[in-house]
Amino acid sequence: MLDQISFFVVSAIILIFAVMSVTSRRILRSAVYLMFVLIATAVLYFMMGYNFLAAVQLTVYAGGIVVLIIFSILLTSQISERAVMAPLKQKILSSLAAVAGALLVLMVVLAFDFKPSPASIADSSIQAADSATLVVDNATAGTAQASSNIHDIGLALVSYEREGFALPFEVVSILLLAALIGAIVLAKKEKLPINTELSDNTNNDSTL
Amino acid sequence: MIQSIPLSYVLIVSTLMFFIGIYGFLTRRNLVTMLMSVELILNSVNINFVAFNKYLHPQAFEGHFFAMIVIAVAAAESAVAIAIIINIYRNFKSIDVENVDQMKF
Repeated sequence: MLDQISFFVVSAIILIFAVMSVTSRRILRSAVYLMFVLIATAVLYFMMGYNFLAAVQLTVYAGGIVVLIIFSILLTSQISERAVMAPLKQKILSSLAAVAGALLVLMVVLAFDFKPSPASIADSSIQAADSATLVVDNATAGTAQASSNIHDIGLALVSYEREGFALPFEVVSILLLAALIGAIVLAKKEKLPINTELSDNTNNDSTL
Repeated sequence: MIQSIPLSYVLIVSTLMFFIGIYGFLTRRNLVTMLMSVELILNSVNINFVAFNKYLHPQAFEGHFFAMIVIAVAAAESAVAIAIIINIYRNFKSIDVENVDQMKF
């Protein structure tokens, strides 16, 4: 009962602040609303028992990306500036499209009968038999501690065996390096001579 | 605790969040706020991955790691996007999508 109440509160926070984040006319405020949404999502992960993922969500999303967005807002616009909104016709059409898409997806998702994988049920029933305890919910009990164990997560992240994730880990690290270099190259100021040359001849593509 | 909440509740929340993000992406005119809508969409997809991992394959790690990789890609994407936005602001003195139409056919 308490779990359900807290889940509903967290979902309400997520949905209300998401709507406020896309409709607020002040850009800085909508960035702060986005931060609330991301923190509430981290709370959802905590409730599911994924502590490490929730910590990553808090540090990278709520800590890193929101700060980056707020920096870029402060660099590109005045704090008091109001965002230019779309015309009413476009608002109505896009909300119609969003509502229609949401209805379609919800119809499909709610009609589908999701079943836990047979392997997980077998796994937890074996564990339950080993510990000789009565487990009410075979699908989720017995393995809850495995998902939040940082030791297992760290081993799986660098293991190159069948259950390992070494390849995606390396690919993501190369992607992060490329993004780091790309962001620096894109955002750095051009040298002065190139700038004057650009203003003289805007068709010169090689200097870009 | 999660036993008392059906999987469909989590899916409803993430679906609504996804389409709120779509609505924001369609109506916003400012590049930074469009980027924020994309972050909302990515976040709702993450919730889906984690929920499927938790409810359907609780012994596996796939959804968990996919969510972590999506977070890393989102961080890289927003860093590059913000570099591009700052560059656009330098050249056009505005980050409204309506004003940046020089390469429009």
